[in-house]
Amino acid sequence: MSIVTVQLGQCGNQIGFEVFDTLFSDSHSSQGLCSKKENEAYQASCKERFFREEENGVPIARAVLVDMEPKVINQTLSKAARSGQWKYGEHACFCQKQGSGNNWAYGYSVHGPRNEESIMNLIQKEVEKCDSLSGFFIIMSIAGGTGSGLGAFITQNLQDQYSNSLRMNQIIWPYGTGEVIVQNYNSILTLSHLYRSSDALLVHENDAVHKICAKLMNIKQISFSDINQVLAHQLGSVFQPTYSEEGSFHYRRNPLGDLMENLVPHPEFKMLGIRNIPQMSENSLAYSTFTWAGLLKHLRQMLISNAKMEEGIDWQVRPPISGLPALGKMSLKKELRFNTSIANLVILRGKEVQSADLEGFKDPALYTSWLEPDTAFNVWKTQRAFNRYEKSAALVSNSQFLIRPLDVIVGKAWNMFASKAYIHQYTKFGIKEEDFLDSFTLLEQVVSSYSNI
Amino acid sequence: MRRKCACAVFRRTAPPPLPPAFPGLKEGFSDGSDLRQQCDLRPPPCGVPLRANENAGWPVRKPDRLLFLGPGAEGARGGQPGTGICRESPSPVTEKGIYDEAISSFFRNVDTRVIGDGGSISKGKIRSLKARAVLIDMEEGVVNEILQGPLRDVFDSKQLITDISGSGNNWAVGHKVFGSLYQEKILEKLRKSAEHCDCLQCFFIIHSMGGGTGSGLGTFLLKVLEDEFPEVYRFVTSVYPSGEDDVITSPYNSILAMKELNEHADCVLPIDNQSLFDIISKIDLMVNSGKLGKTVKPKSLITSSAGAFKKQQKRPFDAMNNIVANLLLNLTSSARFEGSLNMDLNEISMNLVPFPQLHYLVSSLTPLYTLADINVPPRRLDQMFSDAFSKDHQLIQADPKHSLYLACALMVRGNVQVSDLRRNIERLKPSLQFVSWNQEGWKTSLCSVPPVGHSHSLLALANNTCVKPTFVELRERFMRLYKKKAHLHHYLQVEGMEESCFTEAVSSLSALIQEYSQLDATKSMPVEDIPRLSVAV
Repeated sequence: MSIVTVQLGQCGNQIGFEVFDTLFSDSHSSQGLCSKKENEAYQASCKERFFREEENGVPIARAVLVDMEPKVINQTLSKAARSGQWKYGEHACFCQKQGSGNNWAYGYSVHGPRNEESIMNLIQKEVEKCDSLSGFFIIMSIAGGTGSGLGAFITQNLQDQYSNSLRMNQIIWPYGTGEVIVQNYNSILTLSHLYRSSDALLVHENDAVHKICAKLMNIKQISFSDINQVLAHQLGSVFQPTYSEEGSFHYRRNPLGDLMENLVPHPEFKMLGIRNIPQMSENSLAYSTFTWAGLLKHLRQMLISNAKMEEGIDWQVRPPISGLPALGKMSLKKELRFNTSIANLVILRGKEVQSADLEGFKDPALYTSWLEPDTAFNVWKTQRAFNRYEKSAALVSNSQFLIRPLDVIVGKAWNMFASKAYIHQYTKFGIKEEDFLDSFTLLEQVVSSYSNI
Repeated sequence: MRRKCACAVFRRTAPPPLPPAFPGLKEGFSDGSDLRQQCDLRPPPCGVPLRANENAGWPVRKPDRLLFLGPGAEGARGGQPGTGICRESPSPVTEKGIYDEAISSFFRNVDTRVIGDGGSISKGKIRSLKARAVLIDMEEGVVNEILQGPLRDVFDSKQLITDISGSGNNWAVGHKVFGSLYQEKILEKLRKSAEHCDCLQCFFIIHSMGGGTGSGLGTFLLKVLEDEFPEVYRFVTSVYPSGEDDVITSPYNSILAMKELNEHADCVLPIDNQSLFDIISKIDLMVNSGKLGKTVKPKSLITSSAGAFKKQQKRPFDAMNNIVANLLLNLTSSARFEGSLNMDLNEISMNLVPFPQLHYLVSSLTPLYTLADINVPPRRLDQMFSDAFSKDHQLIQADPKHSLYLACALMVRGNVQVSDLRRNIERLKPSLQFVSWNQEGWKTSLCSVPPVGHSHSLLALANNTCVKPTFVELRERFMRLYKKKAHLHHYLQVEGMEESCFTEAVSSLSALIQEYSQLDATKSMPVEDIPRLSVAV
């Protein structure tokens, strides 16, 4: 089944490019460490999901590019075409001449309705080219104007028009300090709207990825391109093909659907975080070998101690002894030490994957009481290696990972709202103070719900 | 009508200069070849050419968006950004003279052989560039120089509005008399210019505050623009009179103009001549001291248009105007060129104007010059960021570091990455004071294309209470005159002017000053979190 990706705004388009590039080059890599037959099955599965065939053999990404000003889309299209390996569809983009000015209200209330028909038509065309549609990726930042405002609008439209298909929003969480001054306003408006119309929010934090680039990848002068490549790697590690029940050569047909089923049991809890291990620069890869035991031990500790990467993990954090109240059930003011999960999904790729022992993830102490660990924990595997890593593991988690970042953004936005700063920029385009208050209320509810699991 | 002899009493702030030392448009292009000698049409470098399709994707074109309005002498000379932009266009393209998206933001491409209005050509070879600008002056001197100078082909004679008698340094004459006289004509030219734009985003108005035309007619223009094009942003670059201004009535003119700026401008970038002059002196010192003289790259001087730095002492106004030109170039760079984090002009207003009245932005440009060293170590890059916050680099007499920030924007050009930006913000943050509700009030942008002669540059725009002293001083100078009713009759005898105009203007300014004072009062208060909404569990 296929996934149609909608890339929105500068962030969405820049990342979208890296995602398709990673998916493509991984699926055509010669370092899959598996048999030819296996590789071909993998390739075919990836292809069906993310690309479609063109007459002269160059695959076309199943994507729609949307931006309110032309520069980024131009760049994205030409980068793809230059690679010679894959490209975007000729009529797959929608562009206006004047951006959204970092104004959520402008993206949502002006650009949205004005361009609704054209954009939805474009998406429709892309959907028609799928034999069978699993759902949508919507890649967007929450801090700017187009990705956030228009993104929220489009997601709502997708909910109305394609109610049987799934919507997963890949949202980019801004740096804590300044990319955009009104980023907190834009973020809370986006998150509250998406919470109502999206099926799952897979969150990528700029700060976390930045640290990964600095500490693990040893990049000296980190550019957005570096950050986007790490992001693409993370996404690819989840959505590249994995085995279905039947095992080797048979790849899962609907990862998006399976993921939703596994990870989002309740609509109140739809914020997902992602962790990868290992993560290192290409140079170091050649000199490293791993064992599944080692990788999984670290990954598990990253989960329960809420570490964003494999360096600096706090090994003191332990799951609560069953019968006693979990240490994590404290008020937000204190350090949230133990990260309780609702559901987890681990994806393993590479050599000897069948030998990996995942018992540590099935410990009931890791989870809330209202789901059995059998239901709450799932694992996907393939022996086909991913992106040159001999062994790699990814964790997609519906847990308390995101309480802190969410709480911080809500707090900052609230402080600013109390002084009414910048509000006139939003009311100018039809977003009223009540809309802000509604957003605050919804998000406080989300924070509270997650805190009390 | 007052004639030029009035200038004996009300001398203009800037003596009319000799034509600027531009070597001509030709040198604006990197290989200096004649523009008209052409090669084949090539697709634009970014090109997967996109086709128009009514149902789906729109043709992706760069918006042509910016219109220059230069009322008054200062404004007309602000046409210098024109050459700057020619030079800035990415060289592989303009070597062949292709009219590309970056150029189209400020210029039209016209075939002058076609009689009549000359329809604009949207792509392909450059035939003749016409600035998207309207030059307005109530005297002919300055505009005539421009038309005889090297930029004569760039400014269409149809884009000029002139008179002969001048405004006599009288805001009332500029605003009321010439305003009503020329309103229709101005509107007509603006509409024409706007029609030639695919998507008009913003007007730049460049003027001085102390005179009559720039100040009076210029602010009249603001109202006209607001009525006629309500959705188009109005950015105003205003030259404020320095303390030792030789126009006696400049405080009157400035305060009367301020009221209009308060009410009708989206964003104002105040500049004063003294700061510009100080910057030039500083550069001269560095260049001539011999210490760095040999290694300073001539083209890199922020004051140079094409390496004429030796002549700075004789024509300081050219150098000073070039600084302003560079300001506007850097402001629009991210809108014209690609980068990893773009910033459009409408984002400036959105991020830097938290309350409608507080739209005065203090600007600073670094570096002022580049050493011939090609490899720039991070320390020097970091120095660029530090300098942007020093009071010596501000284009107005102000010290933002010791006042309160409401918001700050950093627009970086060239080979700078997000990690460099973040490192410097972290480094400088502790020494700066931000208002309690905007502790992380940074807006950043990264444009890949550096200015000519530099590997990187930084424009910092600060919404900071450090503008208050400028306004307070202006008000004091105004009151000194007003208490004695000095020269007031020159204004009151103009139809439509009454004393209430003056009192309203000064109370508008006082209200603004009061807002800044209130913010300043919060400076040393501890930052407390507002209690959050509590939700039922």
